[in-house]
Amino acid sequence: MLINKDFLNNPQDSQDANSRRAFLKASGALVISSGSLGMAAQALSTPVNVLSGKPALVPTELDSWVAVLPDGSVSAFFGKMDMGQSLEIAIAQIVAEELDVALDKVQVYMGDSGTSCNQGGASGSFGVSHGSRPLRNAACEARRLLVDAAAMKLGVQASTLRVDDGVVSTRDGSKRTSYAELIGGRYFRHPVEWNKQVGNFMDIKVAAKPKSPAEYKIVGKSFPRRDVAGRVYGTEPFVTDKRLPGMLHARIVRPPSAGSTALSVEQNSLRGLRGVQVVHENDFVAVLAPKEWDAVRAASQLKVNWSAPRNLFPGHEKIFDHIRQAPVSGRADPVKNGDVAAAFKTPGLKTIEVEYEWPLQSHASMGGGCALADVRADGSCTVWTGSQKPHSVRDGVANLLKLDPLKVRAIWVPGAGSYGRNDAGDAASDAAYLSNLVGKPVRVQYSREEGTAWDPKGPACVHRARAAIDASGKVVAYEFIAKGFSRVHINTNEADPGDSLIGQSLGRKLTPGIGFGTPSESYAFPNKRLGWETVPPLLVNGSPLRTAHLRDPVGPEIHFGSEQFIDEIAASLNEDPVAFRLRNLSNARHQAVVKAAAEKSGWQSRPSPAADRSGTLLRGRGIAFADRNGTAVATVAEVEVDRSTGRVWVKKFTVAHDCGLIVNPQGVRYTVEGNCVQGTSRTLFEEVQFDANRVTSNDWVSYPILDIKDAPESIEVVLINRPDLPSSGAGEPSIRTIPAAIANAFFDATGVRMRRVPLTPERVKAALARA
Amino acid sequence: MSTIKFTVNGKAASVEADPAMPLLYALRDDLKLDNPHFGCGLAQCGACTVHLDGEPVRACVMPVSAAQGKAVVTISGLGTPDKPHPVQKAWVEEQVPQCGYCVNGWVMTSAAFLKKNPKASDAEIREALSGLKCRCGTHVSILRAVKRAQAMMA
Repeated sequence: MLINKDFLNNPQDSQDANSRRAFLKASGALVISSGSLGMAAQALSTPVNVLSGKPALVPTELDSWVAVLPDGSVSAFFGKMDMGQSLEIAIAQIVAEELDVALDKVQVYMGDSGTSCNQGGASGSFGVSHGSRPLRNAACEARRLLVDAAAMKLGVQASTLRVDDGVVSTRDGSKRTSYAELIGGRYFRHPVEWNKQVGNFMDIKVAAKPKSPAEYKIVGKSFPRRDVAGRVYGTEPFVTDKRLPGMLHARIVRPPSAGSTALSVEQNSLRGLRGVQVVHENDFVAVLAPKEWDAVRAASQLKVNWSAPRNLFPGHEKIFDHIRQAPVSGRADPVKNGDVAAAFKTPGLKTIEVEYEWPLQSHASMGGGCALADVRADGSCTVWTGSQKPHSVRDGVANLLKLDPLKVRAIWVPGAGSYGRNDAGDAASDAAYLSNLVGKPVRVQYSREEGTAWDPKGPACVHRARAAIDASGKVVAYEFIAKGFSRVHINTNEADPGDSLIGQSLGRKLTPGIGFGTPSESYAFPNKRLGWETVPPLLVNGSPLRTAHLRDPVGPEIHFGSEQFIDEIAASLNEDPVAFRLRNLSNARHQAVVKAAAEKSGWQSRPSPAADRSGTLLRGRGIAFADRNGTAVATVAEVEVDRSTGRVWVKKFTVAHDCGLIVNPQGVRYTVEGNCVQGTSRTLFEEVQFDANRVTSNDWVSYPILDIKDAPESIEVVLINRPDLPSSGAGEPSIRTIPAAIANAFFDATGVRMRRVPLTPERVKAALARA
Repeated sequence: MSTIKFTVNGKAASVEADPAMPLLYALRDDLKLDNPHFGCGLAQCGACTVHLDGEPVRACVMPVSAAQGKAVVTISGLGTPDKPHPVQKAWVEEQVPQCGYCVNGWVMTSAAFLKKNPKASDAEIREALSGLKCRCGTHVSILRAVKRAQAMMA
């Protein structure tokens, strides 16, 4: 480590305890205290799980999930968080419903390892489907305990009591008490049974029974999100707005070529900049400065001597050939029905065999990763992070710095949107590492280039699809094999430093994970194989092309192929794409969404392509269907293709969406709209470009996303509510239908298949010219 | 280093800085304002947009010296929950933001545009907002909100 001699000690360095408390208080960290205000202040700056008075923050304590404050309002502690898809309000609705309190009395504290159990953070569209379960159980158990306590206090049978907005009364109203009187400001100290799961599937078992959907008054209705106004009036801070007295601004210096080693840094290259500190350990290079602009300038000015380029990458144009030829590192056949190989050999069948290609894509969040960390001399550490897995940040930081995990607290604060494993967790590890090194709070902000060129990527893949059809139009054999980079080259979270860039640059070993996926559908083909194969990463450690989860991991990638292939089969039979799907889908809910999307969009039954494909502006419609963990979605896209410019415009989407019980219909609608537009962007515009050594997509010009000029005119969402079925998630399922819906509509308009994403104007013009 | 004086949301401000430093760092680092946001530092996304004498500018590339003697308004100065700008009111009513990190660009650009073009057509609105980025894909909500604000301002 090198420390610049002229580094200036900031007089504010010794932290002002009062302002520090105020800062934490403002972040809304803790809500209840059994003692005085002074004790509350102490609680605010201490991890809750080691505070005397409050039961340990463990899933087996009811107090870990819900609390009733002195005024009768309710706090719910949620180990996941709302990334903008209305999850906070949905959880509040569920808790308010089960407790019988008004919705505006419930506050949900999200994603703070100091106040919530590890429910796995934002993950897999599980927020409502799984994340709500322990909250629902805790809330109904709390209600049971409170009604029992009221019965004792009022001297009546519990069964004779009713609860209205936290007021417990006899039916005639003659005797009454309230949650505030019964427990307000005190802990339940009530054990609950934990299912021993950590993460998404964490749940508790309680004596009370949750309400049946028929009794719902709050769940199932649209209520607006409560975090919107703070965004629009600029009153709610983002993680980027968190500051501490005496903090230093840090920037990371990345190698110009992937896999290069940082041999040395030249301190004198920073002449003219004051107060800059340089950190160089193994391949980790960072600059720190009291003023942010100085850190920005130092990062671009610092001369680092890197080892020679290694030419490890084939370049984005050759990535698909690379995947085809690469050895298989892992494989699975999750669906294998009948004898596929034999069925394909049956004489007299018509066969179709095609391939589909999907490029590497970037999260390209609106801002690069950002985090603030404060490691103290006593071995405690607080990290403010935009990572959607704060509990994993806690574990990763504790591991990296060899700290006691109980003394590390990671607090999620909304950052630039993330849709899986983006770069936010990397920034958190960097900030904690640097804070520990320099003994001051450190704020790390990644640049645009880091946010696009160095974030974890959605994997590139090539899908091989083939089908054999008999003379009657029956699909006798069907095979779809996805081959690509693993979806978990680095893990879904940053709990192990080997999965973070800093861990890798400091020599922590990463064993790349292996996994991909297969189409999720219910086509009843008698001989059917759905499988996947992964190929090894191009570079294991420190790779800007490391692959990880990007919204609906491998969903858009796979169903771009599989749902286009279904259309190709229908077209070969001269059959309407909706009719073909309805004829072959075996699941009634799957059929229902296909029917609903077709009906709502005014679908005219006929085979694709459209008969009239003359003129410059061609119009077409296409449908795609998919399931995701029990959520069924069908989407109709109506597109215009301009022959002269190659522009594809999706004028309208109609989405039929069945995610079981709907908690907040309007929230689901907005979420589906976002999926439609983000999916359109990924289908039409997005491809990470790279040469032999570096990612050349490093800003919004070299990594374009959808512009508002290309936004659809309208998105119609048909919600199919099934109160009899548990909620199955809405955060991601609809995006996986978008690419194929667009590509199928393109085919309908033009008679030309686009089997490679993105459908750029150049590729469209070339494809139409070839046809 | 120079002393640069301007107003921010109506209040006098003074910073001692490299005149070439982008205005964004003066607002965020020197004046400790939570808005606007750093998105790209390249004037490609709009997350840093503020009004400079009423015109939307990208604070991430505009040198702080260009603000000398001028009035800077950020999104928190455009309106408040009690006295909202119609565009902000429309944004809340339409529940536009998802992650919300891009909101400065859209709101500040829309507010300035609608002031000059209250009767803009849908195509003109799209043209005026072109170039701004939203990663969550809230564009359809954005267009609804601009139309709603237009109706409020009529």
